[in-house]
Amino acid sequence: MSLWNKHQIFEKNSLILVIGVLIVISIGGLVEILPLYYLKSTIEKVEGMRPYSPLELAGRDIYVREGCYNCHSQMIRSLRDEVERYGHYSLAAESMYDKPFQWGSKRNGPDLARVGGKYSDAWHKDHLDNPRAMVPGSIMPAYPWLAKTALDYREIRSSMKVMALQGVPYTPEMIENAEKDLVAQASAESADVEAVLQRYPKAQARKFSGANGPVNEADALIAYLQMLGTLVDFKMYDGKANLR
Amino acid sequence: MVAQTGGVAGPFNPTKSMTAGEMTLVIAGVGMFFLSILVAAKTTSAPYAFHAWLFAAASAASVLAIFNRYLDRPAAAPLAEVDGKPNYNFGPVKFSTIAALVWGVAGFLVGVIIALQLAFPTLNFDLSWISFGRLRPLHTSAVIFAFGGNVLIATSFYVVQRTCRVRLAGDLAPWFVVLGYNFFIVIAGTGYLLGITQGKEYAEPEWYADLFLTVVWVAYFLVFLITVTKRKEPHIYVANWFYIAFIVTIAVLHLGNNAAVPVSLYSPKSYIVWAGVQDAMMQWWYGHNAVGFFLTAGFLAIMYYFVPKRAERPLYSYRLSIIHFWALIFLYMWAGPHHLHYTALPDWAQTLGMTFSIMLWMPSWGGMINGLMTLSGAWDKLRTDPVLRMLVVSVAFYGMSTFEGPLMSIKVVNSLSHYTDWTVGHVHSGALGWVGYVSFGAIYCLVPWLWNKPQLYSLRLVNWHFWISTIGIVLYITSMWVAGILQGLMWRSYTALGFLESSFIETVEAMHPFYVIRALGGALFLIGALIMCWNIYRTIVTPVAVERRASEGALAPAE
Repeated sequence: MSLWNKHQIFEKNSLILVIGVLIVISIGGLVEILPLYYLKSTIEKVEGMRPYSPLELAGRDIYVREGCYNCHSQMIRSLRDEVERYGHYSLAAESMYDKPFQWGSKRNGPDLARVGGKYSDAWHKDHLDNPRAMVPGSIMPAYPWLAKTALDYREIRSSMKVMALQGVPYTPEMIENAEKDLVAQASAESADVEAVLQRYPKAQARKFSGANGPVNEADALIAYLQMLGTLVDFKMYDGKANLR
Repeated sequence: MVAQTGGVAGPFNPTKSMTAGEMTLVIAGVGMFFLSILVAAKTTSAPYAFHAWLFAAASAASVLAIFNRYLDRPAAAPLAEVDGKPNYNFGPVKFSTIAALVWGVAGFLVGVIIALQLAFPTLNFDLSWISFGRLRPLHTSAVIFAFGGNVLIATSFYVVQRTCRVRLAGDLAPWFVVLGYNFFIVIAGTGYLLGITQGKEYAEPEWYADLFLTVVWVAYFLVFLITVTKRKEPHIYVANWFYIAFIVTIAVLHLGNNAAVPVSLYSPKSYIVWAGVQDAMMQWWYGHNAVGFFLTAGFLAIMYYFVPKRAERPLYSYRLSIIHFWALIFLYMWAGPHHLHYTALPDWAQTLGMTFSIMLWMPSWGGMINGLMTLSGAWDKLRTDPVLRMLVVSVAFYGMSTFEGPLMSIKVVNSLSHYTDWTVGHVHSGALGWVGYVSFGAIYCLVPWLWNKPQLYSLRLVNWHFWISTIGIVLYITSMWVAGILQGLMWRSYTALGFLESSFIETVEAMHPFYVIRALGGALFLIGALIMCWNIYRTIVTPVAVERRASEGALAPAE
């Protein structure tokens, strides 16, 4: 049959084979990825979403560093039991500043998309120190070193600059005040807290780990956990606005 | 410049000079050395400084090794042919084969450790660098990229030379690919333990490791493609199509998914240019096709060479392989969204992903049929040859997991299976059964060929390896099926009054017995691999019978 003979062009020319492969593998990805930059439901702006405050961003970097995403998802699916267990299903906009996204793929532990405000700071601190002290059947590793390690935030300004370069709306003012905001947010009473709240609405400012001394890694991580899922007010959110 | 008379290596040779490849590598090595020293001096991150010192040491060692080799080598490049036969370059193949075994055992061991950590969390020992979150990427990278990658490099460099009947292109380039790739593995693996990760599954290495891998991969592509171009056969053999698709597509995926901007040259940290839902789609476009092209297309190439070779039968159907090839690489690229069912990814994309995943079943089974039916007329060999049995069972596992995959991509099934251990079980039926067994089979074939041994040290040990690890796989898969389906059902079960029946922690506690069984299964698989290592070691070191040596000696050609 002639069609089979025509295939010989690929079997006899390595470059044509490579080009053929490139064309064939490009189609699926292009069709599925490119529209995500144009469709309303994937680029909608939702009231309340803002970039992470410096302390939250530092906490998020620790979350990534420790590989929390290996066991915790941050994506509540639109299924009845998940919505009842974890809260309103996750919106695309809620992870719009997540670099990288942390939706996860396996739940050895519960979903964390809306864990913010569910437990007290003290609970989180004790849970990180020894998960089984708070949840007897837990299989989570303990992270006692976080509260003992001072947070290294020398690069926080560069981090925010890089994200601003990529389109995250960090203003020059936010970047300028990064270190000051970070320290202020992690202390119980600081004159600079007002400014933090102005720049990052709904940010929570306090000594998260309860430990004295300089800002530690547990402060940052708990600050991040306590803000997860708290930015969007679902009493105000109009889910129908984006129906096609 | 004196014109070089190709191929003549006389006792006195004033024409010896460094090749362009040697010069390039020396210059690059020296440049890399000073860059690494600069980074090590200026970074504030101790783990990054450690990596910079590793880079510096590796660059220095490479430059020294190149000079050393230059002093020892004859003036002329190695001959392309000796006595009318291709002068194959098997050094890099040997290295990668051994590396695959070493990484394989390491990766399986870490797998057993993290399986035990999930059953007994005290085994995290409250230490940062061996906590589950850091070891799990180490396990996945060690088995996929270190073990699987070295198997792919070893077999591809072997198969491309044999099927093209030509010496591997490049002189130092194949060594750069093999050593560079393994150095990347060292950087990636130590990085995870020290907390350097970009937090994307199966793409955890940070920007500098990614950049280095890109250079190595381009070299890999060039070595492979130029070897194919030089071939003495009119047709490119099927296995090489799959290797080419694997190398090309992995390059595209790697560049797309890892597009990141580093915080600075002196920081190991970077931020991905994609964000949120777009990053999720990009990640699973990458993630699923890492399965599709790294763990499938590449290993199908192994099947297409080693199964016919070991069975001593021709390939069942050439036409089927054509359809298999194009359909597989086209359809796979659409399947990524099935990792994102019911998430914030738009519905149409999820449905598209599901539809193509189901269609993917057909080419997958086409490939399986092509592999299995190659045994036509040689089925009796399964009784006597445990190596062939391993290869054939791997194809059967391939068929099983490529049936299970489309099943799990169906949205309603996925609503139950996603986030549970069913996924983990599915992955391991493919990873242990298909990728593991086809690799073991290929290595059992390769080692006697590479080291010029008439046969393996012991076929009985291969038999033991086969049965012990098969029991291990069965324990692993079945325990994960039960665990996953049980937990999925518990998450969604309601009481008669309409409340959720189980708290999350109750569903975790229910997993314990299955996690213990899974760890046992993994341990059996590890024991099987250790038996293999012993067998391979004995095969390499056991001298070939004397009379054979003598007869070979007698064949030494006169001038």
